[in-house]
Amino acid sequence: MPRFRPKDEQELAKVISWAAGECESLEVIAAGTKVGLGRPVEAPHVLDVSGIAGIEAYEPEELVLTAKPGTPLAEIESLLERSQQMLAFEPGDWGPLLGEAAGRQTLGGMLACNLAGPRRIKQGAARDHLLGFHAVSGRGEAFKAGGRVVKNVTGYDLSKLMAGSYGTLALLTEVTVKVLPRPEATGTLVLWGLEDERAVAAMTAALNSPHEVGGAAHLPGASAAHVLPGASRAATLVRVEGPGPSVEARAAALRHELRDFGPAELLPDAVAAAPWRELAEVRPFAGDHGPIIWRISVAPQSGPAVAAVIARSLDARVFFDWGGGLLWCAIAGGSADGGAEIVRAATRAEGGHATLVRASPELRGRVPVFEPQPPALAALTRRIKESFDPQRILNPGRMYWGF
Amino acid sequence: MPEPDAGVIARRAEIAAALREIVPGEGVIAEEDARRPYESDGLTAYRTLPLLVVLPSTTEQVARVLRYCRDHKIKVVPRGAGTSLSGGALPLADGIVLGMGKFNRILEIDFANRCVVAQPGVTNLGVTLAVQHAGFYYAPDPSSQIACTIGGNVAENSGGVHCLKYGLTANNVLGVELVTIDGEVVRLGGKHLDSEGYDLLGVTVGSEGLLGVVTEVTVRILPRPTSARAVLIGFPSSESAGSCVAAIIADGIIPGGMEMMDKPAIHATEEFVHVGYPLDVEALLIVELDGPKAEVDHLIGRVEAIARQHRAMSIRVSESEEERLAFWAGRKAAFPAVGRISPDYYCMDGTIPRKRLPEVLARTARLAEKHRLRVANVFHAGDGNLHPLILYDANKPSELERAEALGADILRLCVEVGGVLTGEHGVGVEKRDLMDTMFDQIDLDHQMRLKCAFDPDGLLNPGKVFPQLHRCAELGRMHVHGGKLAFPDIPRF
Repeated sequence: MPRFRPKDEQELAKVISWAAGECESLEVIAAGTKVGLGRPVEAPHVLDVSGIAGIEAYEPEELVLTAKPGTPLAEIESLLERSQQMLAFEPGDWGPLLGEAAGRQTLGGMLACNLAGPRRIKQGAARDHLLGFHAVSGRGEAFKAGGRVVKNVTGYDLSKLMAGSYGTLALLTEVTVKVLPRPEATGTLVLWGLEDERAVAAMTAALNSPHEVGGAAHLPGASAAHVLPGASRAATLVRVEGPGPSVEARAAALRHELRDFGPAELLPDAVAAAPWRELAEVRPFAGDHGPIIWRISVAPQSGPAVAAVIARSLDARVFFDWGGGLLWCAIAGGSADGGAEIVRAATRAEGGHATLVRASPELRGRVPVFEPQPPALAALTRRIKESFDPQRILNPGRMYWGF
Repeated sequence: MPEPDAGVIARRAEIAAALREIVPGEGVIAEEDARRPYESDGLTAYRTLPLLVVLPSTTEQVARVLRYCRDHKIKVVPRGAGTSLSGGALPLADGIVLGMGKFNRILEIDFANRCVVAQPGVTNLGVTLAVQHAGFYYAPDPSSQIACTIGGNVAENSGGVHCLKYGLTANNVLGVELVTIDGEVVRLGGKHLDSEGYDLLGVTVGSEGLLGVVTEVTVRILPRPTSARAVLIGFPSSESAGSCVAAIIADGIIPGGMEMMDKPAIHATEEFVHVGYPLDVEALLIVELDGPKAEVDHLIGRVEAIARQHRAMSIRVSESEEERLAFWAGRKAAFPAVGRISPDYYCMDGTIPRKRLPEVLARTARLAEKHRLRVANVFHAGDGNLHPLILYDANKPSELERAEALGADILRLCVEVGGVLTGEHGVGVEKRDLMDTMFDQIDLDHQMRLKCAFDPDGLLNPGKVFPQLHRCAELGRMHVHGGKLAFPDIPRF
């Protein structure tokens, strides 16, 4: 299969211009760790953008970093760590979940999929941290939007549109992201043995308290052992972060606040941060490549109800993040549609959306991967796609059938 | 602005009658005296009497009004409380003003999911007032928060003094109900997080009324921090104040608010509110830390130590809630205080990389001298958002023109040093013609095509944001020959 590997924006613009001119569609990849995410792209050419890489500028006191999108995320994270900073939205590495190698995803790939980890509830997702970008649209034209400062309302916020557009509108060539100080300390409290509803009640009590909770997840039954070695029953985790004395005081206050839910165990400092990274990486479901994986976003209080409806009809395992609002669901064999009908009906009933994150290419081609949209919204989506990529050459079909 | 269509203006009575079929009674205002209050927004230098003012009270009415306007090619200017400082709600002589003031109810308070569903005409402060009894608040707090509406906040992506830590409107809105110019009602987001497809919620926020009309907003609410303390720090120069700000952030501290004022602003506010600001300093910093008491007390100590290392001339830490509020009283009264020492003032809103602050202040002073005007500066130091207040007297010949010219020069300077034209007030009509200092035509065309996807006839708030209007068909065109574009060679690398 012909493969293009441009090394800069000019070369990228040439490839896309040529492709637009000839109506030759392109499957866009960088490290390829999320090539199995989304609908399978049917394109005669591969456009490898991993060559557009390198860190351009990093100014810790300005809280911004500018880099080319092919830069490995690990390289950026280790650079930030040296200045005690981070990408606060805690993007996870989904490589192992999707059957690919760990540690290889790029900055651009992560942004294109709008990833966010457990800290999403406090700090937002990739969309909230992409301040500005340069890109080449499906018209083959280089353009820019946003800026290199945090506070900016000049023109439409196209950065939000780029985050989560899976390379279907324009391909990033330079991005500026907001960075934040790393917390000096992390405190993780664990409540043991709670049922799902009770766990969400505990997480709600924590999140509604003034103790600035920056992570709330619930791992029913056996899934707890994947993030807490040796755990044999359900675990509900609540995280506080900040300066040492603050974490200590808040963890103590929370333990008191949550006393009705049982004695909360405070994890030792050395292991307090690890479970959250594993949650971001979806570790409970990353090891076993059998089941189909769904990711469901609903209002936090709706999480247990959606899980219960799914479990009634399907052989499903679940765990909850975002205080109950993010439901990861693994469905073992049997169901011809990967559980789509049941998962979607359960999600729709509560208001939210479900994404088929892991399934065979055949199933991802047959079942909508992203939540189907009502007609007016679907028409708007199609017009936006066509405004950036009128020939539909960038990752056609990746998000929706037909474009 | 686009040339008014005399044909549409001539049909005023007919259009009013048709719209009264949709919004009965006093919901359609045609009399000139009654239209007068809508002739401008917070940017009062610009005034135009609208064709009509329409005040719908249901989403259904909004949808029908918009569909009528689409069918009859009538322009629409959406309006909240009219507090825009960039002319975002400036009317058009041949367009209706769609006032959303009757959408003033809070529809649902959902503490368990930490969100509030409100109609767009609810004030920003109204959201906090509705939830504060339970210890919650809505974080974005533009200084017009008593009057400005949530719908207007969505249109402008409003900020406030707490943005650095808590984000702008975009980071605090979970969902909207949006009516398109076709009269279609779409829901973007909800009580859940993130989009199921393209982040249309993300682009709707800050779209200045050019993409659709918001009829319902879901915002997230936060538990109020249990304590807050502020430090008032005086510096001998803006350089030392600026380096102190950088050092605080480099130390890993993100204050709830971090505000700077220059000497003219300090003197104007102190003479107005008498809160004890030091008058012998060149720059004053207010650093507020909020959160659990243990954290606030710990960080206050660190901020004090950093301030001392950066040549602070005076340091005062608030020891009571009254004292903390007094520190803020001056900053919050900065605009009216400046209004006392000058008949008129013009508030600018650029954002710059923080490290360029001393240079920008020095060059702003030189520009002011060139235009023979005075400037007082207040600055959201944490996020680099600068509000130079240009003092002028509209009754003196040419002063308004000089103030506008100075404002434009200051914004060009912001862009030159790596910043942007507007941090939180929006482009509107005010900064529209400066857009080309930040964006080239290809950049702007990509933005305008997004508008075409929502509003192909350009009927929603035309004349705002974009310096030149193009027909969507023109913008969409690619240079196609024989079904193919003119790029025959396959590039190889």
